[in-house]
Amino acid sequence: MSQQLLLNGIVHSYGASRAVDDVTLEVKAGELIALLGPSGCGKTTLLRIVAGFIRQAAGQVVIGDRTVDDLPPNLREVGIVFQNYALFPHMTVAENIAYGLVARGVGKADQRARVAEMLATVRMEGFADRKPRQLSGGQQQRIALARALAVQPRILLLDEPFAALDKNLRLDMQIEIKRLQRQFGLTAILVTHDQEEAMSIADRIAVMNSGRIEQLGSPVAIYDAPATPFVNSFIGSSNILDGVVEDGRIRLSVGAVLPCKAPDLPQGKAVQVSIRAEQLMLVRDAAPDRFPVTLTLSLPIGGQLIHDVAASDGTTLKIATARHPGDASSLPGTWHCALTPEARPSIFPQPTP
Amino acid sequence: MRAAAVDWRLAAPLGIVYLALFAAPLLLLLGISLHADQDLQQWGLDNWTKFWGDAFYRGVVWDTLRLGVAAVLVTSLFAWPLALFFCNASPRTQKVLIFIILLPLLTSVVIRTFAWIVILAREGLVNQVALALGLSATPLRLLQTETGLVLALMQIEMPLMLLPLISVMRGLDPNLLDASRALGAGMWRSFFRVILPLSLPGWIAGATLVFASACTAFISQSVIGGARLVYLPSLIWQQAMVVYDWPFAAVCSVTLLLTVLAGIMMLNWLGRYARTD
Repeated sequence: MSQQLLLNGIVHSYGASRAVDDVTLEVKAGELIALLGPSGCGKTTLLRIVAGFIRQAAGQVVIGDRTVDDLPPNLREVGIVFQNYALFPHMTVAENIAYGLVARGVGKADQRARVAEMLATVRMEGFADRKPRQLSGGQQQRIALARALAVQPRILLLDEPFAALDKNLRLDMQIEIKRLQRQFGLTAILVTHDQEEAMSIADRIAVMNSGRIEQLGSPVAIYDAPATPFVNSFIGSSNILDGVVEDGRIRLSVGAVLPCKAPDLPQGKAVQVSIRAEQLMLVRDAAPDRFPVTLTLSLPIGGQLIHDVAASDGTTLKIATARHPGDASSLPGTWHCALTPEARPSIFPQPTP
Repeated sequence: MRAAAVDWRLAAPLGIVYLALFAAPLLLLLGISLHADQDLQQWGLDNWTKFWGDAFYRGVVWDTLRLGVAAVLVTSLFAWPLALFFCNASPRTQKVLIFIILLPLLTSVVIRTFAWIVILAREGLVNQVALALGLSATPLRLLQTETGLVLALMQIEMPLMLLPLISVMRGLDPNLLDASRALGAGMWRSFFRVILPLSLPGWIAGATLVFASACTAFISQSVIGGARLVYLPSLIWQQAMVVYDWPFAAVCSVTLLLTVLAGIMMLNWLGRYARTD
């Protein structure tokens, strides 16, 4: 039932602007890929091309071993869950779930059995006769999911499915979707602009920027080794420091030499060094690979303390450290900023202005 | 502001105007219809029994109703596709379309109606095209037929149907149509199962307006329908202004009023099944 999806050189333009610019992507059977990017990066256009709502200007969409470019949306066997759920307001929950089955000419008895099965799958038994407006946002989302899954789609498309939910519910639904996707072995694409959402449930993430895929990889790989400054800035919060390549190492402008090796860059090359907040720490003693900072503020955020510090040249950095029970803030005074032993800073050539 | 805080007396000026200029004449009309003679000396149901006892007059009531229903059906047939097209059009196209849609309302009824004579006449546009294309060997008879009249009414009353329909359909979530398509429903099924039921409230508003105005469209009915086709409005005019039989004209008037009201109530009753939320 689950099939692989292949996007081959997809191009689409709206007027003069290229919404999708030569995107090639292979989604393996049973894999959940997140298309992650800011609004206008082409992720939604790509989703609508897969669904068949938009005809791409060039390239092929292949589901399983079949090219579906000439198929209208109703013959593609693709399930979609929309951000606003898009439940039919004039139908009951059961009628909503049965909608795709009716369209496929499934018999009445089979419909009823399948609806009951889907309601059980999304844990909404007993809601069959309600109207969508009588349900909460999370419940509507479950029904939308049940409706999309009832017809056993070959591909499941999720269009910002958690955006309209409040934060606590969002996590529940993410777990729910991940559970169902695993249970049915569904090939799925999740469109989102929320990196946490993508990190939490996707098998792989495709970070998109102005119509292109900037990086494709596992959430961990993308977080730990962002390929471009864009990916770096979009995923997680980072501290950016300027530096130059010096004898195979990098000298930071704030006055320290990075303990790790520089990538293969010419001597004197200006670089940007990106270090995640949790890969920095505050220590009292000075050393060649540390630089002095002034601590301006410490905020306890859950299990972490976030320190706002300023380097000697005015650059502000954020440092996250584990908070021990009872800690509220660090003491003011002279501190030195050091990299944690497991820190893997990302180094990018300084963009030429 | 709370509803109860609004003083009912604010409605009094309009209420008094309605009472004096609408309710009172209506009662007067009803009173006239209950007279037996033209001089309004004797009370009696004679004119009511004369009207309803005569197959010709019952036929006129039936024809009027049928005209209203036909106008609603034909208008709906064209309005739904046009409304769909409108909702999917670009904002610029929508501006042009709304102008075209409103055009019939900006022209005088008399001018519009006479324009239809030019189009539907024996030597008119439709016939010239039909003859030139060889679609018909002899000129079609369109003027003074129900077909021609319904066609003209459809154009004249199209805005009344389109405007409420468009305003409801613009409020529909475009994702609903996408959801329906993705679930395997073709265009027709999506239309009949999703768009049509959800746009019914707009259609009912439009249908009410079209029905009422088609049944009472005196000018179109008499100019295009001519003397051959008799509907209640022209019957009223004839009885009141030519025959001077005011009690009988009053019976016709009250009948027309009740006929149109019955139609509107039918549509309202349908509306209770069109609750979309």
